[in-house]
Amino acid sequence: MVLDSKIPEGPIEKKWTNHRFSMKLVNPSNRRKYSIIVVGTGLAGASAAASLADLGYKVLSFSYHESPRRAHSIAAQGGINAPKNYANDGDSIYRLFYDTLKGGDYRAREANVYRLAEVSGSIIDQCVAQGVPFARDYAGYLDTRSFGGAQVSRTFYARGQTGQQLLLGAYSALSRQIGAGQVIFYDRREMLDLVVVDEQARGIICRNLKNGAIESYAADAIVLATGGYGNTFFLSTMAKASNATAIWRAYKKGAAFANPCYTQIHPTCIPVGGEYQSKLTLMSESLRNDGRIWVPKKAGDLRRPNEVPEEERDYYLERMYPSFGNLVPRDVASRRAKEMCDNGFGVGPTKTAVYLDFSDAINRNGKKWIEEKYGNLFDMYHEITAENPYKTPMRIFPAMHYTMGGLWVDYNLMSTIPGLFVIGEANFSDHGANRLGASALMQGLADGYFVLPYTLPNYLASHSFKKIFAEQPEFKEIFSAVNAGTKKLLSIRGKTTVTDIHRELGKVMWEDAGMGRNAKGLKHALKRIPEIREKFWNDANVIGESGSVNLELEKAGRVADFLELSELLAADALHREESCGGHFREEHQTPAGEAKRNDKKFAYVAAWEYTGAGRKPVLHKEPLKFEYVKPSERSYK
Amino acid sequence: MNFTLHIWRQSSADSEGHFETYEARNIPGEASFLEMLDILNDSLVTDGKEPVAFDHDCREGICGSCGMMINGRAHGPGRKQATCDARMRMFEDGQSITVEPWRAKPFPVIKDLMVDRRAFDRIIQAGGFISARTNAIPEANAIPVSKPAADEAMDAAACIGCGACVAACPNSSAMLFVAAKVSHLALLPQGQIERGDRVQRMVAQMDKEGFGNCSNNYACEAECPKEISVTHIARMNREFLRAKIYER
Repeated sequence: MVLDSKIPEGPIEKKWTNHRFSMKLVNPSNRRKYSIIVVGTGLAGASAAASLADLGYKVLSFSYHESPRRAHSIAAQGGINAPKNYANDGDSIYRLFYDTLKGGDYRAREANVYRLAEVSGSIIDQCVAQGVPFARDYAGYLDTRSFGGAQVSRTFYARGQTGQQLLLGAYSALSRQIGAGQVIFYDRREMLDLVVVDEQARGIICRNLKNGAIESYAADAIVLATGGYGNTFFLSTMAKASNATAIWRAYKKGAAFANPCYTQIHPTCIPVGGEYQSKLTLMSESLRNDGRIWVPKKAGDLRRPNEVPEEERDYYLERMYPSFGNLVPRDVASRRAKEMCDNGFGVGPTKTAVYLDFSDAINRNGKKWIEEKYGNLFDMYHEITAENPYKTPMRIFPAMHYTMGGLWVDYNLMSTIPGLFVIGEANFSDHGANRLGASALMQGLADGYFVLPYTLPNYLASHSFKKIFAEQPEFKEIFSAVNAGTKKLLSIRGKTTVTDIHRELGKVMWEDAGMGRNAKGLKHALKRIPEIREKFWNDANVIGESGSVNLELEKAGRVADFLELSELLAADALHREESCGGHFREEHQTPAGEAKRNDKKFAYVAAWEYTGAGRKPVLHKEPLKFEYVKPSERSYK
Repeated sequence: MNFTLHIWRQSSADSEGHFETYEARNIPGEASFLEMLDILNDSLVTDGKEPVAFDHDCREGICGSCGMMINGRAHGPGRKQATCDARMRMFEDGQSITVEPWRAKPFPVIKDLMVDRRAFDRIIQAGGFISARTNAIPEANAIPVSKPAADEAMDAAACIGCGACVAACPNSSAMLFVAAKVSHLALLPQGQIERGDRVQRMVAQMDKEGFGNCSNNYACEAECPKEISVTHIARMNREFLRAKIYER
């Protein structure tokens, strides 16, 4: 396996422009002869499918949901970044590029990050044209706010539902193409394998979740936009069915998996309540614009928050990071919250929470002002905890939220399998070791609207394609294997529920490979994961049959893949003997407790190659070169 | 907390359904309604019985996947909630709870509590969009939108497409769902060009799918998890009339 990033020559601000000119085009009348499969309909998948259809390609779109609108991008709350500089506070493409690269702790490719910053302005234009109701000022112009890791106000938002509105925008564009017959949408389909013919990705095998039929689909190129693998940790802010099956099966077909240990813990989530809990709920980072984070100065203080006088509160982020204050990046805010709780300063019944307090903002600007900005978030908090955050501070704690790692892609967003493109959270590309807030929406839409519609046609124009049928042997072989896999799951008939096994895996991952990692813990995880996997294959209770709706079978297939992916995640975390961004190795920290990188040894992308069941994956390194930004200790003080 | 559940079981679209009674024991009050069903399902699976099928995903009230009639109320007794937002502490200990799928002809049952809501997607596909091609667009601030218009458009755009409005309506009308999209786009300057065409196509598709008409019952607004106002239905009617007069 050779990793060729295909970064274009030339100065960074010219790379994308030059590359666009050098790419081959497909004549408009020839486009309808090509078919493209897009799996997933979140921001990346829906925008890509709509844009490719706009160009005239025949697109087959797949989702495990019934409607494309239900993808989990819909749950993103806070906003989307773009360096429009409408706030006149000194923003620029270069500054967004710099902030994103620094925020990622210098573990992303300069050229990719620059391109992301470059096209992000067009995303706002596109969304406004679609009718996305962004927040406006009284003159009718777009309003912005600040997010973690930035000192400018560049985040565009639609109340606390920005992801919903952007997704509905992309969904409307996709719906228009479905209505016009340019996109065929396949609902309730789960991709279970990739078909590679003559070393090109040419098809997928799906399970129809309504009747259990295994189905084959062929095309000239495949796009995976299936999101991240955060549900490996069982409890996360991910949607319940969000899964890694598509990218994991592609990995097993030869696509390199990059930086699996780069996972993001979000600092502001509602703390875990009990064993019954099925998922964690995020409170948008935008709350840190107006909320102040604190714990009592005295460890083990049992008083109610309103009874703790001002001078006995420790606003620790403001104290430790005076220039960024409560708006430090997510990894820093998460780690500090955990440290406070570990040292006995935690609050609430479980002592694993810190306060996020709005009383200053309410006193300053009034309750109505807060309501307008964050009303839905406050309601959500109230519903879940039965506490009124207008009166008493929120209790928050970090939770698994996003995965920066994913399938390795080159500058054209193509994986190591020719013709297999990976976009959005499913790839590893732009966030390095830590993603800044309001950058996920930006990346998903950048990939789908403004990058893939150029790079994928270039691939089509520069390759020849044999006529292909979903009935040919290469498909039949994998079809049979998928069928056998389903039968195998149903034949276990053990005693432990799949949910219990998944929860067990999640606990190991959170304890040993979560916010703080060390060699001992990771080795423990690497011992435990195969044990849990064995338990799954011997004792999982997968009930029902394959020929109809079977939610337990769906769950089992996803957990089976998490049980493999988690091992790669832990192995990657163990091999990376440094701390960077969301990957915090306790052995490697500065005296002040900040992440300590080792640029000499680890300034590379770790791309893992699958070598067969039971064999160790092979590590390939793509060195990261920094020509424009000099890596330094990431300081937010 | 303990509950007696009467849950609608139906193995497929064409089979007959029936209620089955289950006892849910030791349910924490903080658990959501769906987590209560998770606990029930885990115990069913352990007993070798088939779990209750229901749609769900984000579990934070925004994806619109979940939806059940709980004691005759769409999404349960609380206001401004999707089913996943409902917490068990809202119910009385020992209470009997009846759980059914959305009942509406255009939403056929797939299994148990899962229904087919693709009719909503077809209505959007018929015209619920602004035909902005990728990149064929002006600079964002070249289109100012007055704050009140943007705010009201946002109120309408908050719809999660769950179908509670249809389930709550005695006529199985989808007017609130359709009106929310018509209203959202008609309020914005970007939506003006296709305004007449849009409302006519969406209404035609809505009728074709077999949804009923509005008889000012307002159950839709009362059960809507996003509190979308029936005034949007008034706006849709006006838009429709306007289109008929000016664009025929």
